Amino acid sequence: MGQIELKKVTKRFGETEVIPPLDLVIGEGEFVVFVGPSGCGKSTLLRLIAGLEDITSGTIEIDGQDATAVGPAKRGLAMVFQSYALYPHMTVRKNIAFPLKMAGMDAAAINAKVTAAASVLNLTDYLDRRPGQLSGGQRQRVAIGRAIVREPSAFLFDEPLSNLDAALRVNMRLEITELHQTLKTTMIYVTHDQVEAMTMADKIVVLRAGNIEQVGSPLELYRTPRNTFVAGFIGSPKMNLIDGAEAAKHGVATIGIRPEHVTVSKDGGDWQGRVTVAEHLGSDTFLHVASDLGQMTVRVGGEMNVRHGDTIWMTPDMTHLHRFGADGLRTP
Amino acid sequence: MARSITARRKTINTAIAWSIGLLIFFPILWTILTSFKSEADAIAFPPKFLFFDWTLENYAVVQERSDYTRYLWNSIIIAGLSTLIGVIIAIPAAWSMAFVPSRHTKDILLWMLSTKMLPAVGVLYPMYLIFIKLGLLDTRTGLVMVLMLINLPIIVWMLYTYFKEIPGEILEAARMDGASLPKEIIYVLTPMAVPGIASTLLLNFILAWNEAFWTLNLTAAKAAPLTAFIASYSSPEGLFYAKLSAASTMAIAPILIMGWFSQKQLVRGLTFGAVK
Repeated sequence: MGQIELKKVTKRFGETEVIPPLDLVIGEGEFVVFVGPSGCGKSTLLRLIAGLEDITSGTIEIDGQDATAVGPAKRGLAMVFQSYALYPHMTVRKNIAFPLKMAGMDAAAINAKVTAAASVLNLTDYLDRRPGQLSGGQRQRVAIGRAIVREPSAFLFDEPLSNLDAALRVNMRLEITELHQTLKTTMIYVTHDQVEAMTMADKIVVLRAGNIEQVGSPLELYRTPRNTFVAGFIGSPKMNLIDGAEAAKHGVATIGIRPEHVTVSKDGGDWQGRVTVAEHLGSDTFLHVASDLGQMTVRVGGEMNVRHGDTIWMTPDMTHLHRFGADGLRTP
Repeated sequence: MARSITARRKTINTAIAWSIGLLIFFPILWTILTSFKSEADAIAFPPKFLFFDWTLENYAVVQERSDYTRYLWNSIIIAGLSTLIGVIIAIPAAWSMAFVPSRHTKDILLWMLSTKMLPAVGVLYPMYLIFIKLGLLDTRTGLVMVLMLINLPIIVWMLYTYFKEIPGEILEAARMDGASLPKEIIYVLTPMAVPGIASTLLLNFILAWNEAFWTLNLTAAKAAPLTAFIASYSSPEGLFYAKLSAASTMAIAPILIMGWFSQKQLVRGLTFGAVK
């Protein structure tokens, strides 16, 4: 249960084509993350899968059944929204029970399921409160609770953590990952945050302007980005992309080197530069460097005594050098 | 210094607000006062404000001469039913306009409102003929239908404004949770819109209660509401000011009391959506 297949799916809003023909297979039990800059069509794609938007052409199959013309209520999917979308006039208990009530389940069974979900999500003490009396994290948990009680064939998450503060976001990220490991249900997760994508996904789908730029595991995307867009989007801090004479030496239009694949020295190396900003995190030091090759970012493990204005030398690790042709595509 | 200026400005503003309020309320106050005067005091010049012989005689005469409760009952039925039916029709209409708008939704809304600009007297004759043909003249059914229809644009507009304030994601969540359209409206939309629906009911009840043109022209005796009751005391000679005032006071009293107790809801209803 939980295989979703998109075949030649397109979406137009009037004259604007938001999703050009797109094929994608989401395997049973996979945690798939749609990632991309805002306006890339990732939320639209999720809403097409949910049935909240009609597709313009193509087909969507859920567990081998054509679901293209099936309404959102009948697709057997559950969704967690960015704004949580809780029912403000219902208590937490009623919110979680709502999908079961809609399914016509009897009161005793509903009660048992709600109690079980609440204990998993640490909501037992809040069952009789209304959403307005809960914190952001608790509301998010209620939204997740409402989704899990249905035992859907897949969960859809639409940027569920973007309204939470940084600390809570990390916690909830872990909770959702653990939930996936426990339930082993297919999850599709939309985010613009590549850290969320890297840490949670089995498979990442990188989108730009409705097109799939690359599909792969987090490490595949990290190690072998298909083009300069994916190279620049996946990884934090961003990969340094250098073109011009330095790239020509390698016989390509653009070369890329990740900040962590550059050795920094105060004495000598391949590329000279001046530190514009030094970020000391304790565990790492990030240096933003102005060089003849352009603005670069490098990462030094641990602490390094460098300050704004210092001159440093950088030497790239050639085994981790990425090469891209004039069309932006990776070359061997 | 700054504080004293603010305090003075506040006093002035309060005084102005009270003056305007009293000015607006004065005709009603004068009607109520006149209803307690004798007919001679009612037309006395210079007018007597508070110092006259207070009497309840007018109320007794009015009650004796005409059956107040019958008119009251007609008003309640006509205003209540026309509002209720209007809201039942308007909820799905406003839902579709707010949540699944088409390219022409705005035009339809404006067109609906434009019907309110039509001078009612322009359609009086055809309406009268239709009422005769359908045997609706001087019936409560006929008036309920007419008042429901003339207030429907306002009801739809008010509900539309309320519904627009409800986040669409919550309705989408209900759909994802397996709710069919009727269930989505019953369990999610309507409870969230209760304050809005309440003030819509209230305002339209008042509008229907006060409606005079159609109620006077399409009724005679059986279905006549309180507006007709007042009108029956207005004679061209103008000799019965005190009795007319007593009748008016009796007609507006129920709605005045209701308005007083629900003024918070009413104000919220009228300004909803105007301020975030």
